Amino acid sequence: MTSLFEEIAEPAPDDVPVNRVSVTVNGKRRTADIEPRLLLAHFLRQGLKLTGTHTGCDTTNCGACTVLLDGKAVKSCTVLAVQADGRDVTTVEGMATGSELDPVQEGFKDEHALQCGFCTPGMMLSARALLNENPEPTEDEIRFALSGNLCRCTGYQNIVKAVLWAAAKENGQDPRQAVARYEAAQQGRAQQNGAHQ
Amino acid sequence: MTIQETAQDAVPTGTHGHGRRPRREAPRFVRGRGRYVDDITLPGMLHLAILRSPVAHARIVSLDTTAARAHPKVKAVVTGADLAERGLAWMPTLSEDRQAVLATDKVRFQGQEVAFVVAEDRYSARDALELIEVEYDELPVVVDARRALAEDAVLIRDDLPGKTDNLAFEWESGDAEATRAAFARADVRVVQDMVVPRVHPAPLETCGAVADYDRVEGRLTLWCTSQAPHAHRMLLATISGLPEHRIRVVSPDVGGGFGNKVPIYPGYLCAIVGSILTGHPVKWVEDRTENLVSTTFARDYVMHGEIAATRDGRILAVRSHVLADHGAFNAAATPTKYPAGFFGVFTGSYAIEAAYCHVTAVHTNKAPGGVAYACSFRIAEAAYLVERLVDLLAAELGLDPAELRRRNLIPPDAFPYATPTGWVYDSGDYPTALARLLETAGYDDLRAEQAERRARGEPMGIGLSFFTEAVGAGPRKDMDMAGLGMADTCEVRVHPTGKAVVRVSVQTQGQGHETTFAQIVAEELGMATDDVDVVHGDTDLTPFGLGTYGSRSTPVSGAAAALAARQVREKGRLVASSLLEAAPADVEWERGAFRVKGDPGRAVTLAEVAVRAYGPDAPPSPDGQGALEANVCYDPASLTFPYGAYLCVVDVDPGTGKVSVRRFVTVDDCGTRINDDVVEGQIHRGLTDGIGLALMEQISFDEYGNCLNGSLMDYLIPTALEVPEWETSMMVTPSPHHPIGAKGIGESATVGSPAAVVNAVVDALAPYGVRHADMPLTPSRVWEAMQGRAEPPG
Repeated sequence: MTSLFEEIAEPAPDDVPVNRVSVTVNGKRRTADIEPRLLLAHFLRQGLKLTGTHTGCDTTNCGACTVLLDGKAVKSCTVLAVQADGRDVTTVEGMATGSELDPVQEGFKDEHALQCGFCTPGMMLSARALLNENPEPTEDEIRFALSGNLCRCTGYQNIVKAVLWAAAKENGQDPRQAVARYEAAQQGRAQQNGAHQ
Repeated sequence: MTIQETAQDAVPTGTHGHGRRPRREAPRFVRGRGRYVDDITLPGMLHLAILRSPVAHARIVSLDTTAARAHPKVKAVVTGADLAERGLAWMPTLSEDRQAVLATDKVRFQGQEVAFVVAEDRYSARDALELIEVEYDELPVVVDARRALAEDAVLIRDDLPGKTDNLAFEWESGDAEATRAAFARADVRVVQDMVVPRVHPAPLETCGAVADYDRVEGRLTLWCTSQAPHAHRMLLATISGLPEHRIRVVSPDVGGGFGNKVPIYPGYLCAIVGSILTGHPVKWVEDRTENLVSTTFARDYVMHGEIAATRDGRILAVRSHVLADHGAFNAAATPTKYPAGFFGVFTGSYAIEAAYCHVTAVHTNKAPGGVAYACSFRIAEAAYLVERLVDLLAAELGLDPAELRRRNLIPPDAFPYATPTGWVYDSGDYPTALARLLETAGYDDLRAEQAERRARGEPMGIGLSFFTEAVGAGPRKDMDMAGLGMADTCEVRVHPTGKAVVRVSVQTQGQGHETTFAQIVAEELGMATDDVDVVHGDTDLTPFGLGTYGSRSTPVSGAAAALAARQVREKGRLVASSLLEAAPADVEWERGAFRVKGDPGRAVTLAEVAVRAYGPDAPPSPDGQGALEANVCYDPASLTFPYGAYLCVVDVDPGTGKVSVRRFVTVDDCGTRINDDVVEGQIHRGLTDGIGLALMEQISFDEYGNCLNGSLMDYLIPTALEVPEWETSMMVTPSPHHPIGAKGIGESATVGSPAAVVNAVVDALAPYGVRHADMPLTPSRVWEAMQGRAEPPG
């Protein structure tokens, strides 16, 4: 990586290739000269100081680095920054509009869907991508859509609730009632499962 | 003593004190505004990468760093020889052993630190690692702990003078003779060998640090992923020779710890050395592979268990011998007098007259560790042992496992209960918990369903686990880590406008301390929780203490917070008595206000007291401390003993051996609950661990000592698809010796749940003649267990 992001940049040695990229990040166009091998996750974190995007693994399993690339959830540790040239990236920092949180963010807060907070940005962006395509997902659809995002703290249940919460909010329903309905259905299901068949 | 309630009907509302509260941490985390170590950027900061050994056991013949040093962006390359010159090549561990910071003579596990590079950016630092040439002369390896003490086993620790074998230590607990006698007169004895495999806590954020050494002031600031910043400061001072008062350790937001972030790692030391050498701040952040292959593992206990009982199902004694694999260096984070942790609680929740265990710990060519991953100092292993043995005994006796447990649970009136290995359990109502679990789960119906499914050839299993934890280490006279007694301190200060700050010595890694410690103080001072802020993680700003692990924050530091708040209240009473013109003895406290006895109309709020306490006519402070502040170091009288009853239902695909967890029903009791939502989240986490540990996770090695699970491609962690909807409920049996009756809870579910899953799988496989199978119960292992056994019915 050349040091374009430093205040006083050392020129890159002649044998280091450099590409100029222009990426729209959270609605703002950002241009930089970068090495082609620079990962999008590092471009966002070190280059643009958008440190909400995290890295939790080196094999594309954990999803902590998930961002939206042209609206689709991608693992930014597995995209080169040069591949984002001319495209549109949304990170966790771009989810809220001014002081108004995205319903997904509100849901995660309300339903205790986070603990250490490390998976949270990627998890929320995967949820955002899901709701954009499927505004009324079932619990199974939510679990499937988030299966590329690992969480070590929550055991996932409150994350499922948070996404249901957000979906209800966006559909003009009372989100807490939606979660309460889910919990009641869950209890009913548990009893049914336990019942003598 | 026992108050029974469900989580749902124990919901205080409002904004004061205990009860369900939103997390303080959530607003910044949902905006991507957390501040984790790798988010920190300092002016002139350089990046460090570590060269690691590709082999498990080898002499270092030569090490050539010429090409790496010539890289245009490299600022420093440091080898073990360089560190040895400065007396820094080795560091002490938390288990009175030593560990190589960078290898000097030889490497002893794959992934061990050999050299490091400091460069202008992390890409260049990694590039330069490729330019270092190391020649290794490979040695035979010890991979299997069962072979470590063989006559011909290669000596791993030839760095220790006089060392001739791979024994790390031996430790025993209980009464061997009494146990032998109990076994001799038993009607039934069951014996089983079982392995609790090596696993890894794998927090989503790996370990890392930013070291910033100021050459002018001689002052070091280290931001690092630490669960115990004060203990780390002391150890870093000891190792580095820098004076402790000029070291500031800051543990910022930590992306999960799970015991992985208790020890000091070579990487922290390398970052410090790198900063001292270059005069720049230096960042080290390991990748996932480095985390899995070199930082603390968990478990790795090869256990021989025996249980003895009468024919009618009264358990007489339990006995165990454990072979503990500690890896190349003994770096287990455990209290000094407890090298096998609290494994001595392996008598579990049962009234057993005699017990004895012996632990033999050995060195192998693997990474150090052992105590991590929510194990509560080896209770995970202990609980698994006894819960498997009880199930095996039930099968032997032809008794229902729930009924066998019911007959042997410690009765409520026996508390405080002294176990045969010397632990005194504080409180519990076990029979009620078990009865509630069976009722909630519909146990009889489940057994009937199982019989029907079995008749159709569908393997379904029901597994129980009833566990007792021992958390909150611990009394200073008995428990220390590296010579530091395991007390914790809280400082509570009420500001002139009636807002408060509580500074804690423990360090959250997601457990919600910023929320719950505010709640404890708010409850004691009758304040709004939002009016109390929590400061943690910065050794310059917080009082000394031992940190967060072993579920000890609530038992130890939580007690300190409550007692400090009560001291503040007592000081407030003096101010109130002057305001109310009444004798202090006539002023009583009633949630948020001081009142004159017998004249409730005469009252002042804490806020009114606060402003006066700092005013010109404030009464003198009797202890010389600021008017409304207090600092309490809590040395616990004993540990707290939360417990739980768990039931797991699994279905096994008879064609593939794949296990699906259909239901998980739990009853937990951690005494007084500070925040129900936080407790519930902790339990969800631990239950997920249970599924991962029982079914998926293992760090294994081939015969050459290659780690086979060094990435998330092979080290499998449950996703949202592998876990069921958790069915949790709570009881409240307070700890009688704790100031607010609260016990720890964070590790309960991790400790208690794996046995429930394994018991369920073995139960499902009973028609195939399977009596035991070791974790992880992957499809291939389950399928293998089913082969060559009795034909399934139907």
